[in-house]
Amino acid sequence: MKIMVNGEAQQMQGRTLADLLIELGHGDAKLATAVNEDFVPAAARADCVLEPGDRVEILSARQGG
Amino acid sequence: MPVFYGTDLSSRMMLGTAQYPSPSILAQAFRRSGAGIATVSIRREAGGDRAGADFWDLIRDLGVAVLPNTAGCHSVREAVTTAHMARELFDTRWIKLEVIGHADTLQPDPFGLVEAAQILTEDGFQVFPYCTEDLVLCDRLLDVGCQVLMPWGAPIGTGRGLNNVYGLRSLRAHFPDVPMVIDAGLGLPSQAAQAMEMGFDAVLLNTAVAKAGDPAAMAEAFALAVQAGALARDADPMEPRDMAAPSTPLLGQAVLS
Repeated sequence: MKIMVNGEAQQMQGRTLADLLIELGHGDAKLATAVNEDFVPAAARADCVLEPGDRVEILSARQGG
Repeated sequence: MPVFYGTDLSSRMMLGTAQYPSPSILAQAFRRSGAGIATVSIRREAGGDRAGADFWDLIRDLGVAVLPNTAGCHSVREAVTTAHMARELFDTRWIKLEVIGHADTLQPDPFGLVEAAQILTEDGFQVFPYCTEDLVLCDRLLDVGCQVLMPWGAPIGTGRGLNNVYGLRSLRAHFPDVPMVIDAGLGLPSQAAQAMEMGFDAVLLNTAVAKAGDPAAMAEAFALAVQAGALARDADPMEPRDMAAPSTPLLGQAVLS
């Protein structure tokens, strides 16, 4: 199905947010996730079933002031 | 030294981690500043990108406490979601709460700030609100559970120093026991010394250090100024006066005219 990941269209094979992270090669990287502007904790990713058109944000630590 | 949410600080210097010429210069600046707290952000990660992991390693090696921010958020919802993501990522209840209200000045949105601070405090966060020096706003932030205030000196990145000395002095006097950090707008060490002399507890810097020609040297210069200002504050400075008052005794002066 087609979803949006960090603002860009993305095809995915799996069904859940956890599946998506594996497909994108993130493995066990330290990341934070949100779906449709709502925070999804790491522990809830395997149960977070994505729907076509969902907006996923995948964020990591960066420089900040 | 100030105490933030029960945590004793070892330094009055807080330093941002953005805009340095290189990671090694960032690390040098931290060492010479003696800063005990580093501000960080969260941003989008590209597939297979190691930028997040590399930055994480750098921060861990600094050995300082981490204060994640919600920089760039213009709505309450955006700020609250970002705070939750940051809490999980950095494993801390601390959040530097930014809800920006104006794109040109990056002035905090006081209405959104209070609303977001209340939501996050109720969710167990320890909120460090980036705010203006407005007394009523700061009172509301304290009402909803903030135990630290971070009024701006001037808009972010301007280096203009303490724009409203009267307002900041008034804020300090009204809430003498609340830890307060001058966050944003400082450009020179003398401005940081002034903030300390006025009784503020710490300063949070980024651009002034990172964009200096020699960031590590500037970091040390700020640290010395902060130390001098805090020492002067504790030494109870004299009151200024309008008329001159001779410091050398008049008694015993020869009559030579």
